[in-house]
Amino acid sequence: MAEFNVTINGEKRNLNVDPDTPLLWVLRDNLKLVGTKYGCGIAQCGACTVHFNGSAVRSCQVPISAVKDNEITTIEGLSEEGDHPVQQAWLEHDVPQCGYCQAGQIMAATALLKNNPSPSDEEIEDVMNGNICRCGTYTRIKAAIKTASNSQIV
Amino acid sequence: MSKVKTGMGRRSFIKNVSLAGGGLIIGFNWLACKRAAEEGGKEMALEMPDEWFEMNGYLKIGDNGVVTIYSPNPEIGQNVKTSMPMLVAEELDVDWKNVIVEQAPLNTDVFTRQLAGGSQSIRQGWEPLRMAGATARKMLLTAAASEWDVSVSELSVENGIISHTDSDRSLGFGEIAKAAAQVEVPEEVELKDNSDFKIIGTSRKNVDAKGMITGKPLYGIDVHRDDMLIAMIVQPPAFGMEFKSMDAARAKEMSGIIDVFTIDTYPEDMEREWSDVAAFSKLVVVVGESTWQVMQAKKALKVEWDLNPKLTKQIQILEKSAGLAEGGGLENSDIHYSLMAQLGSDNSETVRKDGDPEAAFSNAARVIERSYTCPFLAHNCMEPMNFFANVTNDKAELLGPIQTPEYAEKSVNKRLGLDLENIDIQMTRMGGGFGRRLYGNFLVEAAVISQKMGVPIKLVYTREDDMTNGVYRPAYHVTYRAALDGNNNLTAFHVNAGGMTESPLFADRFPAGAVDNYLAESWTIESNISTGAFRAPRSNFIAGAEQSFLDELAEEMGQDPIQFRLDMLKRAQNDPVGENNDYDAARYAGVLEVVRDKAGWNNGSSTSSRGVAAYYCHNSYVAQILDMNLIDNEPVIDKVTCAVDCGIVVNPDAAKNMVEGGTIDGIGHALYSELTFKDGVTQQNNFDSYRLIRHREAPKKIDVHFIENGLDPTGLGEPPSPPVQGALANALYKATGKRIYKQPFYPEISTESREIKT
Repeated sequence: MAEFNVTINGEKRNLNVDPDTPLLWVLRDNLKLVGTKYGCGIAQCGACTVHFNGSAVRSCQVPISAVKDNEITTIEGLSEEGDHPVQQAWLEHDVPQCGYCQAGQIMAATALLKNNPSPSDEEIEDVMNGNICRCGTYTRIKAAIKTASNSQIV
Repeated sequence: MSKVKTGMGRRSFIKNVSLAGGGLIIGFNWLACKRAAEEGGKEMALEMPDEWFEMNGYLKIGDNGVVTIYSPNPEIGQNVKTSMPMLVAEELDVDWKNVIVEQAPLNTDVFTRQLAGGSQSIRQGWEPLRMAGATARKMLLTAAASEWDVSVSELSVENGIISHTDSDRSLGFGEIAKAAAQVEVPEEVELKDNSDFKIIGTSRKNVDAKGMITGKPLYGIDVHRDDMLIAMIVQPPAFGMEFKSMDAARAKEMSGIIDVFTIDTYPEDMEREWSDVAAFSKLVVVVGESTWQVMQAKKALKVEWDLNPKLTKQIQILEKSAGLAEGGGLENSDIHYSLMAQLGSDNSETVRKDGDPEAAFSNAARVIERSYTCPFLAHNCMEPMNFFANVTNDKAELLGPIQTPEYAEKSVNKRLGLDLENIDIQMTRMGGGFGRRLYGNFLVEAAVISQKMGVPIKLVYTREDDMTNGVYRPAYHVTYRAALDGNNNLTAFHVNAGGMTESPLFADRFPAGAVDNYLAESWTIESNISTGAFRAPRSNFIAGAEQSFLDELAEEMGQDPIQFRLDMLKRAQNDPVGENNDYDAARYAGVLEVVRDKAGWNNGSSTSSRGVAAYYCHNSYVAQILDMNLIDNEPVIDKVTCAVDCGIVVNPDAAKNMVEGGTIDGIGHALYSELTFKDGVTQQNNFDSYRLIRHREAPKKIDVHFIENGLDPTGLGEPPSPPVQGALANALYKATGKRIYKQPFYPEISTESREIKT
């Protein structure tokens, strides 16, 4: 066990955990930020995607000791009330079915649009390919990303 | 208007029913105070009432007119939590904006069939849910009429406002709810004509959407209690093996670890429910303070496993009878395929026979015979199996994702010896179901662990536990034979189907009824591998096989594949063969005609490789045309056109979402997925080795067309996924020139490495 001071969603948090503990489990078990989901634990499904200094990372692969003073944003910190344009586009297209993977999909999509505000279909597919949706909402996810992209306010 | 007796659901209308005590609402509950407005996504606060009045078990009305509707059935992503309350709201005549939806707990006194399975929630809820709304509406009207001293027939209702036009008076539901709750439950209520629907048939957003896109704790795996411990299981490494001994000394000393012990979920003397299926009954359990700590302790455990001679002996006998070399009695996929191909049909049972198929085959000018097969599949719900349990001396509180709460309650009753009324099961939203959560072994495991520990625990499977401890889609095998006479007419049809450990045959479905001489046979082969329902059970294989065979048959006969099917369906409609045909040939033909026209099948304008299929299952009809190209040897699916007949479409955009998802799911599993075994060990245990369809592989476009016929609604969770597998196989044939007989298709067409690209 060791002590860590990290900043999650702009909030300073003090933790006492095993240094190897993945950020995913710190978020879920210690900080009760359960919007970040466990799906595979080996960076294959994308359900645990969070932003690490604005880039999409799989939190199951980031040990808490690596967080240091880097900025971490989770789905809970993406917006106050779900009013981020990507979240709004998700609502407009009524994307989710079971919904379990969608927080990870949204975190991946927001990072994509930040780097590339007008992605082509192929660019969307390439970036989003690491996020599995078992219900098969892929066509709606793509449509929602395009809507958010066109909203010009990402 | 149709009149219905409320008597059939009498228990549902006991007023002031207390829904499973005080702790009714689970998970995140801000929908109770706020919900996104339908338009513009703008926040609109919904004021909470000072007082609620229970009208019946399905709904309560606040003194300010806000209505809470309890959604009875488990929500696995099929969106019943939105569409079922829509049925109640329709007949209540409430403004949907004033409706709050809450998941009901298991309550067999109030609700009927609280189960997610067979695409039956809407079909079987169609009358009871509308009746619940209509009953409350009538009670509100009765109370208002009494208040104003007028007749009920002089009143009208719209959007939760009751009006008396003659006296220009009106009042809201909230104002009369208290009096209405005292009105005697009517013996009979009237249900609306379809033409009067205001909510049914209009698209309403998913009631949990806001919670899902903001990461609220909606799922079982999100459940947290301050005094809760985390439990995980360690299971035998192979089917056919069992626990022998363990050395837990090191694991027990690890930080955060509380205990390590074994459990027997289903002792041999326990009377099991049908839903009590488990890959392994005897498990090692690790309990600790946090998930990561327990995961590490699992790895530090030293467990010895033994062959279970009772199980392995069976497999050895089976292999010997097929003339295979004697192995160790553990399951192997290559042996499974040999057993099914060589041994299966030896033990066939005739399920249906029309005419004289033997004579027709012996007189045939030509016989076409093809065999199809598929592997086991894991359900792979994105949310791994988990359950929260708090079992004390005389009570069990169980909270989590379960498709069969009613059966799970009986299992806990038998396993723990607790009275049914002291077992409280509440359902969370589920991160997928697909049939896996019909089998509540994980719920019973959680209950047994909590009872043993004497504290609340949350049992969580790792992805590896989930994938290797499944209740899998069986491996299937089918052989079709068609007899053609000298004029190339189809004179006989023979289907021989089986699997490990069930047959996929539907003997009374198309093409039964369309061919004079017909023979359907069925068989099964035993296995130690636990199997069960997987989205569209049996259809999830046999639809693709049958529709591939019909496509090949049409080609052999020189006919257009759609016209060939339509001609057969015409025969089944006008002059059906046999008595028990389990499909409506006109509706079947209807979806084929619509998909043909919408996709422009006959105008020849498509430059893509096209395949068609149509299928009936779970009371609904779906036809699909799939357009694809091979680019750098990779299948690229441009478009899937779908025609769907599920009667009245309750929530059109959500229904479209279901069809899109089912289509992608069907394509994905047929093309990429398989669970294989070597010496009893699953060869895939996570998404690096088990391939699921991803963004890049999904169709670029899915067009959905619903048949408008005003018939009572049928299910949609399952019907879209089976036929598209046939459409895909037939399109792949056009693209590659090669017929495919084995799922998954991708390795059959690809020479490339099967490594998963992410």
